[in-house]
Amino acid sequence: MPKNKSIKKVLVIGSGPIIIGQAAEFDYAGTQACRSLKEEGMEVVLINSNPATIMTDKNIADKVYIEPLTVKAVEQLIKKEKPDSILPTLGGQAGLNLAMELEERGFLKENGVKLIGTTALTIKKAEDRQEFKDTMEKIGEPVAASTVVKTVEEGIAFSGKIGYPVVLRPAYTLGGSGGGIAYNEEQLISILENGLRLSRVGEVLVERCIAGWKEIEYEVMRDNAGNCITVCNMENIDPVGVHTGDSIVVAPSQTLGDKEYQMLRSSALNIITELGITGGCNVQYALNPDSFEYCVIEVNPRVSRSSALASKATGYPIAKVAAKIALGYNLDEIKNAITGKTYACFEPMLDYVVVKIPRLPFDKFISARRTLTTQMKATGEVMSICNNFEGALMKAIRSLEQHVDSLMSYDFSELSRKEMLAELETVDDMRIWRAAQALRMGITRDEVQKITRIDRWFIDKLYNITEMEYRLKTAELDIPMLREAKRIEFPDYMIASLNGKTLQYVKDMRLSAGITASYKIVDTCAAEFEAETPYYYSVYGDENEVITTDSDKKKILVLGSGPIRIGQGIEFDFCSVHCTWALKNEGYETIIINNNPETVSTDFDIADRLYFEPLTPEDVENIVNIEHPVGAVVQFGGQTAIKLTRSLIDMGVPILGTSAENVDAAEDRELFDGILEKCGIQRPKGHTVFTVEEAIDAAHELGYPVLVRPSYVLGGQGMQIAVNDEDIEQYIGIINRIVQEHPILVDKYLEGKEIEVDAVCDGEDVLIPGIMEHIERAGIHSGDSISVYPARTISDTARKKLADYTKKLAAALHVVGMINIQFIVCDDDVYVIEVNPRSSRTVPYISKVTGLPVIPLAVKCITGHKLKDIMPEMFAEKDNNDPENDIPGLWPERDYFAIKIPVFSFEKIRGADISLGPEMKSTGECLGISKSFNEALYKAFLGAGINLPKHKNMIMTVRDEEKEEAVDIARRFEKLGYKIYATLGTAKVLNAAGINAVRTNKIEQDSPNLMDLILGHKIDLVIDIPPQGAEHSRDGFLIRRNAIETGVNVITAIDTARALVTSLENRNDDKLSLINIAKL
Amino acid sequence: MKSYLILENGMIFKGEHYGSDKEVVSELVFNTSMTGYLEVLTDPSYAGQAVCMTYPLIGNYGICYEDEESVKPALDGFIAREISKTASNFRSEGLLTDYLLQHDIPAICGIDTRMLTRILRDSGTMNCMMTTDDSVFKIVEDPDQNIIKDEWDHLSPDNVIIDDNVMKKIKEYTTGNVVDRVTCDHVITYNPVLSSSEGDIKEDQKKCAKKIALMDFGSKKNIIRSLLSYCCEVMVYPARTKAEDILKENPDGIMLSNGPGDPKACGSIIDEIKKIYDSDIPVFAICLGHQLMALATGATTKKMKYGHRGGNHPVKDLRTGRVYISSQNHGYMVDMDSLDEKIAVPAFINVNDNTNEGLEYTGKKIFTVQFHPEACPGPHDSEFLFKRFLEMMEEDKNA
Repeated sequence: MPKNKSIKKVLVIGSGPIIIGQAAEFDYAGTQACRSLKEEGMEVVLINSNPATIMTDKNIADKVYIEPLTVKAVEQLIKKEKPDSILPTLGGQAGLNLAMELEERGFLKENGVKLIGTTALTIKKAEDRQEFKDTMEKIGEPVAASTVVKTVEEGIAFSGKIGYPVVLRPAYTLGGSGGGIAYNEEQLISILENGLRLSRVGEVLVERCIAGWKEIEYEVMRDNAGNCITVCNMENIDPVGVHTGDSIVVAPSQTLGDKEYQMLRSSALNIITELGITGGCNVQYALNPDSFEYCVIEVNPRVSRSSALASKATGYPIAKVAAKIALGYNLDEIKNAITGKTYACFEPMLDYVVVKIPRLPFDKFISARRTLTTQMKATGEVMSICNNFEGALMKAIRSLEQHVDSLMSYDFSELSRKEMLAELETVDDMRIWRAAQALRMGITRDEVQKITRIDRWFIDKLYNITEMEYRLKTAELDIPMLREAKRIEFPDYMIASLNGKTLQYVKDMRLSAGITASYKIVDTCAAEFEAETPYYYSVYGDENEVITTDSDKKKILVLGSGPIRIGQGIEFDFCSVHCTWALKNEGYETIIINNNPETVSTDFDIADRLYFEPLTPEDVENIVNIEHPVGAVVQFGGQTAIKLTRSLIDMGVPILGTSAENVDAAEDRELFDGILEKCGIQRPKGHTVFTVEEAIDAAHELGYPVLVRPSYVLGGQGMQIAVNDEDIEQYIGIINRIVQEHPILVDKYLEGKEIEVDAVCDGEDVLIPGIMEHIERAGIHSGDSISVYPARTISDTARKKLADYTKKLAAALHVVGMINIQFIVCDDDVYVIEVNPRSSRTVPYISKVTGLPVIPLAVKCITGHKLKDIMPEMFAEKDNNDPENDIPGLWPERDYFAIKIPVFSFEKIRGADISLGPEMKSTGECLGISKSFNEALYKAFLGAGINLPKHKNMIMTVRDEEKEEAVDIARRFEKLGYKIYATLGTAKVLNAAGINAVRTNKIEQDSPNLMDLILGHKIDLVIDIPPQGAEHSRDGFLIRRNAIETGVNVITAIDTARALVTSLENRNDDKLSLINIAKL
Repeated sequence: MKSYLILENGMIFKGEHYGSDKEVVSELVFNTSMTGYLEVLTDPSYAGQAVCMTYPLIGNYGICYEDEESVKPALDGFIAREISKTASNFRSEGLLTDYLLQHDIPAICGIDTRMLTRILRDSGTMNCMMTTDDSVFKIVEDPDQNIIKDEWDHLSPDNVIIDDNVMKKIKEYTTGNVVDRVTCDHVITYNPVLSSSEGDIKEDQKKCAKKIALMDFGSKKNIIRSLLSYCCEVMVYPARTKAEDILKENPDGIMLSNGPGDPKACGSIIDEIKKIYDSDIPVFAICLGHQLMALATGATTKKMKYGHRGGNHPVKDLRTGRVYISSQNHGYMVDMDSLDEKIAVPAFINVNDNTNEGLEYTGKKIFTVQFHPEACPGPHDSEFLFKRFLEMMEEDKNA
């Protein structure tokens, strides 16, 4: 069928802020879909509250609205823009839920808008637990014995009937929020109560537990004519019981015979056909490892994390094809973009193995439970490709960026055999490392299989890796051994250290035997057809397929940012992609290296060449040896790329932009102090230390509170405010759990306004797109603070100083490209707290709200252009003394406010402390934009999902230092009609100020206490401002955790609380101003 | 032990040796299926060929004898990147490596199968020799030292001199008359399955049970299983059976099976098929059967550059416009230009390369497909064609 002519203007709904369970994969899918729609001549209107996405770029959609993803906002947008269609299946669960709500309210029908891609009826059939079950029964597809319950009592009765353990899955939530496995009634009650609350419709599915079965997924596509194909199947190494997002996954399946493979494939096609899906769909199965028995676990009638993975694993662009199908095309009418010759109506055949490993945030949440369950906890993932499983696993492990590089990276050698047998039962992120150690200890493969229920085939592969470790440790290295070690992807340095050789020795031996990495193409068809798409992965010992073109174009290497983790999110993918595009525009051939399957940067049509590889020196060097780039750009790929700077220089690859020496100068305390002194800029006093004793001495000299942090980190990892000696001891202990190559910094903590500036510098002139101000006082990580553009509460003197300091620092560091500086402003005094001579988290945000192409400008500087030539009017000579003139280099402020607010995923991470501090904890961000500050603030909170009020009850417990400030905030909440419950001290202060606060017992006191209130589900909001320094009472922690886990909003900074009440005073859902940022 | 794969173009690959150590000369083809290696090994259509699997990890789930598509492998040799030394599946009864040895099939592992596939794709299917004898070739003196002694994994024709007799043997090889090697030697009758794992066969199915004559040119077992599952009685005839002998049994329908080799090499079989065409009995043919029917009715077949072998080929039903993903294994095809529409019109085409995938015979109850509705290995999407065949016979009966 040709294109449906009635579709002309399509609204695409994005997925909003990055949270656990809904991450960069939807930016990838949405971006691909928007480009695909535009390719077909559609006018594309996009709404997404997330400014860090590529999809919200003005060159991706025709009209871009960074607005809260609420029903009211979308309704108003539809009235304003009048699209004829909505494509709801590309914005994850958030987008889908929103579209469904609009449909159910009859709004779409009233306004003549249709859902394209997949109908509301289909979505309901797949998403509604009961309808789904009925549909599966109708077509004879087995599902685990289950029922939907609306009350805890129903759940107890049903579980009693089918027997424990049971799995609980709340309806309409993402990432399995609130779900879990209950082994007894007590656990059932606890999980079920919570799940019922979190479900949008108050329903939870209780089902027979099939934990331990194989978990298999199929990615399926269907078109309007009913043609169906499977793009890929995937097998989870972790059996059923661990959320697929937290599982190690391999594609294609490895332990299924053709009978099983085709049985499940046919089932998946039956399901997609019966549901009537047009587009992409994901079907998850549990397969009994001892029979052909299977159950359908879940169907996602939309693109998903798995479909992003399947797209990258096969080269089949699911989102792009889904968008074309939504427009009316059929699979046999859509070209296969990789071969350019065949059509989308075929099934990709792999001639390699793909391994995905989740990136879990336990390095950030030290107190969190590492156990993996049906509730997803991973913030991101890495993927690797190789022609053998061992190699793919080794590559994926070293792509993780969490201090692991092999199966030896976690040390379990202390465990006795007995302890090990017990520990093997643990299902957490370290399970394969533990299994490897068990094998090294001589526990049999069968035993390990029996305890972990991981398929024996995978255990065999782990065994092969441990065998290689053993051989390298015990035998003299010869060429066959080296060849085999490289085939299964042992890095040179590891071979050297295991075998007691130098790195150079191993490298020389390898090269003399001709053992070098070569690159194969991901071509969707196992080489059956020719493919020109340069999407490569490395293998050892095989033919190299990279054709190094003779084009005159110079090649530049762009290093990606690896897996999404807290502190290094989607923003850096935005930066890498824009850098790549800008370099292309400058006439360069671009080569990108990255290993994150969720991102736009690893789409095969972004750079001229894509290498899907780990970002380690050896892996990068192998590519350099083949491509011989004229230079590399490291300043856009976050810390991952920056860390490779030294290695690249050693390989003889020049770093384009700011030199490595100057990067070091910004990070090295002594060098940096020298520069500050030269520039006459102050910073909070501080010292570099290595030991606890030195740190305590430093703190005494500076006076508490002090800020303690390791140098060379991202996202403030390990950064804490210490108020006494015990705090210092504790924090340094935590920092030193990982061996530190660099010193620890102890700085005086200044409580002032935190200001952030990104700037572009060509080595001489500096362009400052804008100045951002944090709502929270210094002490909360910039990534976790609410950020306001333009800064509105600082004096003109301070503003001038900020611009002046920025220019001085950029000049002193000889910055070419991006620089990010964080300041503290106390009245007119300006202190520098951090300088990063690279692109930062705020670059996408500042680019969008100023309308300045910040990254292309930086890339122009990097490639030798001068800002004076690019924008002469900005740098024309001006009279600096004329107050009418702008500050030179500072881009004129816009006449509206853009407020970036952090979004957290605390409810997903059991045991994580949610109080904010210098260490970053947020997973994503969203933006509120408006001519009025108050509306911008309201929209920001709305976008972050803080939707108040429901019950108009709140709890306040505030540390002594801030009780006075709390009075005004409490009064304002009271005026809004809130009933305030407060702990003794807070209540006293509030009552004294005439606020009717109800005094409530602390947790350890008698009921009714705070916990009862929270668990009674009548509370909208908890404002809990914990004391600075290490918290010694568990009280606050328990309040915050319980509140989060019961779906209550929690605020831990007084400034955030003030901002929230301001936003609530200004709520006006029905008349939001909607701003098309493509026009800025 | 090392084993060598010598290609017709003078290239040599070196790999690890598995299975039988006999030397074979054969026609080398590749298959892109990711599962179903046992079905591939036992598909009689591979008689006279050596098969290279493009999926690198083979043997993972061991050997499940019930998945065999014939009593024993008919192919000459097997090539894979890596053959698993352990097997993991609840049905597995043994290792692939042992199976190869047991059936006297030589195998080579550890070679760059993707490179080999690309060569076959670019140069077309070619003949090869698999041998463990390294005296049949000599490495050319290499002044640049590009070839490291004992460390090479493949040699290009410039770097190696292959024994003339060996090269001659490779070049002269043809698959020849392979059908006779794989067909059954006497008539075998299979009675319908009256119950299945899903319970008793339904009454209405029993009523429509048909008697089917299957001409065995190297039939896969699943053709028989599929027919039996429709409650048919199946009489399997050797390939050289006279048409009269089949017709006199009054079958409700005749199936022409898949099979190996060049259809034109089938000689007198084609004449017998012409008689079947003339008999007005409903006919359903698969793969080689499809090609033979075309030859019998005046069309021609030609050899493809490298054929279709795998489980991902899209075929379009021209009657409905629907596309199905099919299992395929063929190196020859019916030349569409040679069709006389008064005799037959295309019923299916391949979406990738527009080659013919099926014919409908004008004025006859005959339809034939190039792909494999019996799957095994591969998708079951076109399994409904067996049902279509049954309906055709039912119509014929009622007519």
